[in-house]
Amino acid sequence: MLITRKVEFSASHVCRNPRLSDDENHALFGAAANPHGHGHNYVLEVTVEGAPDPVTGMVLDLKQLKEILNREVVEIYDHRFLNREVPPFDRVIPTPENIAVDIWNRLEPHVSGGNARLHGVRVYETPDLYVDYFGGAA
Amino acid sequence: MIRVTRKYRLSASHRLHAPALSDAANRDLYGKCNNPYGHGHNYEIAVSVRGPVDTRSGRVVDIALLDGLVRRQVLQPFDHRNLNEEVEAFRSAVPTSENLGREVARRLKQNWRAVFTADGPQLENVAIAETSRNAFQVSAHEIE
Repeated sequence: MLITRKVEFSASHVCRNPRLSDDENHALFGAAANPHGHGHNYVLEVTVEGAPDPVTGMVLDLKQLKEILNREVVEIYDHRFLNREVPPFDRVIPTPENIAVDIWNRLEPHVSGGNARLHGVRVYETPDLYVDYFGGAA
Repeated sequence: MIRVTRKYRLSASHRLHAPALSDAANRDLYGKCNNPYGHGHNYEIAVSVRGPVDTRSGRVVDIALLDGLVRRQVLQPFDHRNLNEEVEAFRSAVPTSENLGREVARRLKQNWRAVFTADGPQLENVAIAETSRNAFQVSAHEIE
């Protein structure tokens, strides 16, 4: 069975590769390369897989999942400039692809265990663009 | 591997009518969708792409290139059009969401390699929502 919980956070970022010139960055990332940064209302959907516990009827305690999401992601990402305030984005470009991998890495040790296993992370950068990551080689 | 999904919107009219069936059978089968004057929808098309994260850009797919491909192959020929009368594929096939999904996937797949390299992003699937109450998903593997 799959269970998905949704949270939101708002953050700013810059997409540029420091090894490339300004012109190359602009060609690659467009407006997202603006060095002053810009922001998004991100939506994060976290999907957990498991069988319901025969006593509780639950795959996992959703209160606990909510606390994990708040502690491991929202409190770290929300209302921050990702490049400057949230490692590894001081050295990794904060594209939604890399954000999904980082969130997976932050959540996996806390979510997987007992009946439950982290199944997937979906990061919406805008309502029209989202990324799915299911673990493994990115 | 990572999957990136991009949503696009287009508005178009169509009429569902199978020429092999009688007028009465068409009315029974398609109901209001068989209205001879046609009708329209705001379609939402989600294009999913799978691939490795490029180390130079941190991305799976250059969204500007994907947007350009979808604009040329899907939005320009379909948006604000009468699908039955203005899209060649629907002169012979009924423009159901199933067939629209296959036509969109076929156009993207056939023109993919003009835009993306073999070791770059791959088209995974196309999902069509004719209204917010139904969705049709076509895998790229199902398409020639």
